[in-house]
Amino acid sequence: MLGKSAGGLFWMFRYLERSENLARLLEAGFRIALTRSSAATSEWQSVIATAGVTEGFVARHSEYNAPNVVDFLLRDRDNTSSVRYVIEQARTNARLVRTALTREVWEATNECWMVLDQALQRPIRERDLPSVLATIKQQSTLVRGTLVGTMLRNDIYNFARLGTFIERTDNTARILDVKYYVLLPSLSHIGSSLDNVQWETILRSVSANRSYRWLNGEDINPTSIADFLILDRSMPRSIAHCMEEIVDNLDQLSNRYGERSECAEQATEMFSKLDRQPIDSILASGLHEFLKGFIQDTGQLSGQIEQDYRFYS
Amino acid sequence: MSESKNDYDEMFGGAGDVREPYREYHDWVNSEDPGQLLRKSAEAETFFRRTGITFNVYGDTENTERLIPFDVVPRILSAWQWSKLARGIEQRVRAINAFLYDLYHQQEIIKAGRIPERLIAENSAFEPKMIGVNPPGGVYTHIVGIDLVRTDDNEFFVLEDNARTPSGVSYMLENRETMMQMFPELFSRIPVQNVGDYPKNLRRTLARSAPSACNGRPTIAVLTPGIHNSAYFEHSFLADQMGAELVEGHDLRVIDGRVAMRTTRGYEPIDVIYRRVDDEYLDPMNFNPDSMLGVPGILDVYRSGGITIANAPGTGVADDKAVYSYMPDIVEFYTGETPILKNVDTWRCSEPDSLAYVLDNLEELVVKEVHGSGGYGMLIGPTASKREIARFRKLLKNRPENYIAQPTLALSTVPILTKAGLAPRHVDLRPFVLVSPDRIDITPGGLTRVALKKGSLVVNSSQGGGTKDTWVLED
Repeated sequence: MLGKSAGGLFWMFRYLERSENLARLLEAGFRIALTRSSAATSEWQSVIATAGVTEGFVARHSEYNAPNVVDFLLRDRDNTSSVRYVIEQARTNARLVRTALTREVWEATNECWMVLDQALQRPIRERDLPSVLATIKQQSTLVRGTLVGTMLRNDIYNFARLGTFIERTDNTARILDVKYYVLLPSLSHIGSSLDNVQWETILRSVSANRSYRWLNGEDINPTSIADFLILDRSMPRSIAHCMEEIVDNLDQLSNRYGERSECAEQATEMFSKLDRQPIDSILASGLHEFLKGFIQDTGQLSGQIEQDYRFYS
Repeated sequence: MSESKNDYDEMFGGAGDVREPYREYHDWVNSEDPGQLLRKSAEAETFFRRTGITFNVYGDTENTERLIPFDVVPRILSAWQWSKLARGIEQRVRAINAFLYDLYHQQEIIKAGRIPERLIAENSAFEPKMIGVNPPGGVYTHIVGIDLVRTDDNEFFVLEDNARTPSGVSYMLENRETMMQMFPELFSRIPVQNVGDYPKNLRRTLARSAPSACNGRPTIAVLTPGIHNSAYFEHSFLADQMGAELVEGHDLRVIDGRVAMRTTRGYEPIDVIYRRVDDEYLDPMNFNPDSMLGVPGILDVYRSGGITIANAPGTGVADDKAVYSYMPDIVEFYTGETPILKNVDTWRCSEPDSLAYVLDNLEELVVKEVHGSGGYGMLIGPTASKREIARFRKLLKNRPENYIAQPTLALSTVPILTKAGLAPRHVDLRPFVLVSPDRIDITPGGLTRVALKKGSLVVNSSQGGGTKDTWVLED
């Protein structure tokens, strides 16, 4: 396949994943704003920080509140991390790689764009926000469903999955990094009700509030949250699960092409390093430092994939 | 010319009786609920939008993707009408290829005095770098679209030859697909010749024209200017349907005398390239140095037999409107036969007598730019304002050689579905022809374009035209 097409697929699925993550992030933030009005401002601030768009937001808005944040992350075309922008980009990339997609995947992507373009035409009223966020998650899920259900399991599929999991692992790491301070051991034994809300928010941002309870019952504590989101391979948005998928897809590509790539080496190394560390030692040596390093490594890995498979040159 | 009672309608005869090819269809449409048909019509639009069958409009920033309106009433041709047209088309296409070969070799037709030398010498589409080059299999124009108009039962005229990069075939295919989804019962009731083989035939045509450097199964790619091109949908559609790669200039590079594409595993050679990029932009080393769309050095690879370019560079010299006026001579010269298809009478404004006539009769004539296309730069005398006519008078006097003029034809009409029922609108027809070294395939029918505005003669999609499914009945 063309290097350009591999790049197009990779980014198409990174953007789709990003739209879904933005919706989750807003959902969690909105919930806090509704239940803890005193914490709302700082919560919106961390939503913006997690999306990595603090600079752009501050240039545009003077206050961290629901209407501003919602509008900026959902509708603002000048914000390259708004749902509207990333969905346009996902669809543009899909057009670019149209010949690599089944009709079903293409039509689902096109439909996703049409539905969201319509839904995001006008500012979102508070009472419409839940249904708009649900639509965003649903549309991106539909595309993923057609991918899984109709595409050949070949290199095309591998590049699509790589985009998904690179974006997802980066997103989970960012969520944790913005909130790492509420998971620090020094604060954990205080266990105030505000902490509880913060912990729940983290879980909600990755749609894992309920699955966490199923695993841990009512015992909600920062160490096991960190363990769940970083090291639990059964959790589909955990860093370990994403890394496992990345390694698996890169291994498959190496086998298909009969040549072990540099990025496969890098990913394997990242994954085994992750595997060797129990959560206590990650927390002991500094959660923030760990996440910062991981986000950096992920960026490097993404660049290496791009280079090894000749996305642009 | 506006609508008059004298325009030939392809469905209804003079006394309102239904013409033969439309009888079955007319019975069916009469038994249908008109409201239901209109709903289906709206459904078709949703279908096209979902599928992404859109075209981009240049210079339009906000709503850059548009649909070409689709009308659900098919245009129907009988088997014998079609077979006569197909013979004429085949003859004309053979002549065009022979003409191109001759122009780039001995130029016998000029030596014989059948066309003036300046027609070629002054033609910017003539490509000196193609002189003496032998394209693989001897084919210059593999993919041709011949635009036809009809004025009476048996009167078809060629309006234009498209020998460079004719577009629209994806609409022909998707229109049929849409009709079969919406009205399956019609197709079980009326036997219509299949058009769906086109992508397979296109692939075969390209494969059979593979260059000498190709060993084994040829690698085929469609070269597109990119996602912002107005016909991008068609480029990706054809690549997808053929199972060919869709490439842009920056995916390609000349390596070891071959054109190669950048894949995830390194550069791999291409054997045949179906280019949808104009000559001028094809090779910045040999043509326009500013082009970002082409491949530096591709022409040198072509000349040394390392790749097939379809259509060949320099084919445009055969399809401009000044050459068009000589087509009857050209057909006769190379086939030794009387042309089966008629040309529209054409005044070459480069000739003083013709220019004088044209200037005296501007209100009656259609004036076209020799190199124009898409219905732009055109004057339709009978519907033009006084100001427009005055403007063209000036243009003609300044650069007469840049224009030709033709009588305004009474184009045939076919009904479209409107809220008020069936209403006649003017149409043309673009059949699509594939030329292999050893055979010519013509898809039965083609793309019918229809002027949706009452009385309008402009069928171009960029100017409010729509399309129809075109049926050729089984014998």
